[in-house]
Amino acid sequence: MRQSQIDTVRGISAEQFHRSLRGRRLVGKFAVIIFLFSTFIGLATLAALIIDVLIDGIPWIDWDFLSTYPSRHPEDAGLRSALFGTIWVAGLTALFTFPIGTATAIYLEEYAPRNRMTQFIELNITNLAGVPSIVYGLLGLAVFVSFLGMGRVVLAGALTLTLLVLPLLIVAGREAIRAVPDSYRQGSLALGATRWQTVRYVVLPSALPGILTGTILAMSRAIGEAAPVIAIAALVYVTFTPGHPFERFTVLPIQIFNWVSRPQADWQHVTAAAIIILLIVLLSMNAAAILLRDRFQRRSEE
Amino acid sequence: MATATTTLSAPPALSVRGLNLYYGNFQALTDVNLDIPPRRITAFIGPSGCGKSSLLRCLNRMNDLIRSARVEGEVLFHGDNVYSSTAAPTEIRFRIGMVFQKPNPFPKSIYENVAFGPRIAGFRGDMDALVERCLRQAALWDEVRGRLKHSAYQLSGGQQQRLCIARALALDPEVILMDEPCSSLDPIATLAIENLMRELAPNYTIVLVTHNMQQAARVSDYTAFLTVNERRSGYVVEFGETGEVFSTPRERATEDYITGRFG
Amino acid sequence: MATRLLSGNRAERGGEMAIHAVLLGASVISIATTVGIVFVLLSESLRFFDLVSVWDFLTGTVWTPLFRPAHFGVLPLVAGTVLVAGIAIIVAAPVGLFTAIFLSEYAPDRFRRIVKPMLEILAGVPTVVYGYFALTFVTPLLQRWLLPDMIIFNALSAGLVMGVMIIPIVSSLTEDAMLAVPRSLREAAYALGATKFEVATRVVTPAALSGIVAAVILGLSRAIGETMLVTIAAGATPRLTLNPTESVQTMTAYIVQVSFGETPQGTPVYYTIFSVGLLLFVMTLAMNILGQWVVRRWRQAY
Repeated sequence: MRQSQIDTVRGISAEQFHRSLRGRRLVGKFAVIIFLFSTFIGLATLAALIIDVLIDGIPWIDWDFLSTYPSRHPEDAGLRSALFGTIWVAGLTALFTFPIGTATAIYLEEYAPRNRMTQFIELNITNLAGVPSIVYGLLGLAVFVSFLGMGRVVLAGALTLTLLVLPLLIVAGREAIRAVPDSYRQGSLALGATRWQTVRYVVLPSALPGILTGTILAMSRAIGEAAPVIAIAALVYVTFTPGHPFERFTVLPIQIFNWVSRPQADWQHVTAAAIIILLIVLLSMNAAAILLRDRFQRRSEE
Repeated sequence: MATATTTLSAPPALSVRGLNLYYGNFQALTDVNLDIPPRRITAFIGPSGCGKSSLLRCLNRMNDLIRSARVEGEVLFHGDNVYSSTAAPTEIRFRIGMVFQKPNPFPKSIYENVAFGPRIAGFRGDMDALVERCLRQAALWDEVRGRLKHSAYQLSGGQQQRLCIARALALDPEVILMDEPCSSLDPIATLAIENLMRELAPNYTIVLVTHNMQQAARVSDYTAFLTVNERRSGYVVEFGETGEVFSTPRERATEDYITGRFG
Repeated sequence: MATRLLSGNRAERGGEMAIHAVLLGASVISIATTVGIVFVLLSESLRFFDLVSVWDFLTGTVWTPLFRPAHFGVLPLVAGTVLVAGIAIIVAAPVGLFTAIFLSEYAPDRFRRIVKPMLEILAGVPTVVYGYFALTFVTPLLQRWLLPDMIIFNALSAGLVMGVMIIPIVSSLTEDAMLAVPRSLREAAYALGATKFEVATRVVTPAALSGIVAAVILGLSRAIGETMLVTIAAGATPRLTLNPTESVQTMTAYIVQVSFGETPQGTPVYYTIFSVGLLLFVMTLAMNILGQWVVRRWRQAY
């Protein structure tokens, strides 16, 4: 019989099999350790970073640090102008991003015909999300600062960051809108509502928490960005708080960048202190976003 | 109550003793006792939800993969309990093959699909010959001989299922568990698989779960009828030679099911 | 004349069309952004290429636009970028892959629910903060234990920290690809006697390969476009080297260096940042498109 000439797996004796199985299991156990270790590399680095920053910076944080302007002397240096600059820029960015991002998300989910134009817009948004942030800075520098003649002002920074974070919000908004069950829409349309009325009174209220979560996350990205804002604002010594969108400004990440490369140890502490403030702002925004998302999820499960 | 064991001349390939299966708090099988005769085809039939697939998955410890699953009782293979603390699920599955409801070839070449089991088991012999033998045994060789390096996903559903059988055969299992292997196939592909099972039967113990009674009647030598009711979760009502179970069922529940009055 | 029933279409259509137009308008902003980026980069670069030929720019090995004699060979910047991004991906590709394997194949749900948001935080930390960490923590650490002669600004620290920074990008995309591998394939492998490790490495990983490759490509693209971390920690010395302990300058860091100095419009140096930006944009866009293509082309229709 043909079969008998061929090596078979059954030829592997129980003893051989057990020996090789021990080896295979050992490899498996060793691998789990590596996998687990890898998972903790990122977390350990995060922990090291936070601890490093806290040790360096905590003693330098007091009310004066928040309320005074930058100074040539580390012990006098404060974040006032950077804080106000960040508030201005983030506020304006939110003001621009929210309506544009929401409108785009509504268009793509509720109105857009399934054609090449729509596909092109979608592909375009995907690719915009991957464009390095410094390139947005160059765009803002050429268009808002130079071509439109705004100069290196708050508005130019906010518009640049708007373009940068718009794709994030559009993606989040689309997901939120897609999560609204179709039965809601059909219910509304069946009552004689127009498409817009359906969107306005049925879809948007349900999707709003998701869109707001996306907006908060987009804002935290904008607040942490330094590269594009440097291209707009440059690295200036700002000792005033902007009173309107057409004044010059600085923001927290730029102030940190400004301080970080100074060699004296005291500046390192000032930098760490500023980083702590920045991280507190960002983490509380993230926490707010997560809370909002959780509350939204729980409600939609009811 | 019927006893679900049958006396047989040859020692059974697998013996199930007092088996209970739980998923969390839900009991799926109650007190199953069965002797699976060697080198025959044994079919598990019964209404959906009766636990016939779950029982099959107890035989090679596939239920281990479900976190909430818990098994009481014994499954004896060569006199050793599959669920004893010294038994390795890996080895049990190496010696007991399985074919699933939907063909599930790996996204690899036809050749690599068959070679997968022997490779991980540390097979050092002539792999080409082994692959060819298994594909011949699975009646697939003539259809794929020229394209062994092509993706298994290029095959039709019926061919994929025969490839999955070849993949299981590559480990020379003594027992092959088949979990509704034809449920996603058309009648012609189903026929090919049934013929294949008959061809394999003299050399392998095959346990077949099927929802199709005609199939059980056509291909199996022995049939176990399982059911479930308000009082009792999945249990074996009747077990015996297929001809007897279908022509002269001893239990009312079996007769009802076979004649279509229930399930 | 009494208004007829069922004749409100005109009024309704008018309103709907106006809304449609507004929403479409918002969506077009994203296309305008892309057009703006391409136009700005091209038009400003063209002015630069009036002064320096494209060939000299792309093949020159000396980059000294700020000194005399000025040389405009971009290769040192490209080398710096590739060096830092290369180190980063050497860290992030295996660690990200192992993390994804652990999270998708081994980790209990509870573990995953806790660890994944923490990894997300890693991706949300501003890059100036990573720059600070690389400069004040990682470099001194390396100097003390491994490389006592290494200078303060070096490609190695920047690359290592950047690697950790992009772990979440690689791991989350990889994990998505692994979760998409159907359970039936894992069962098939287990039924053949495979161990968990063999299922993970011989079935799930190969089946998810296109997603993994895409994740690495997108991670690399992100590393190439990353700006503040390298500006702070890798130095400002355009140098054609692959020695990780040396100070280098990346394309992005050069753009920042020039922008924070408020270089007046119209000077050759002003135009260089756009031509470097154009090259950066083309490189990252090509990688993003490649990543999307890999996913589409090799997507397994299980």
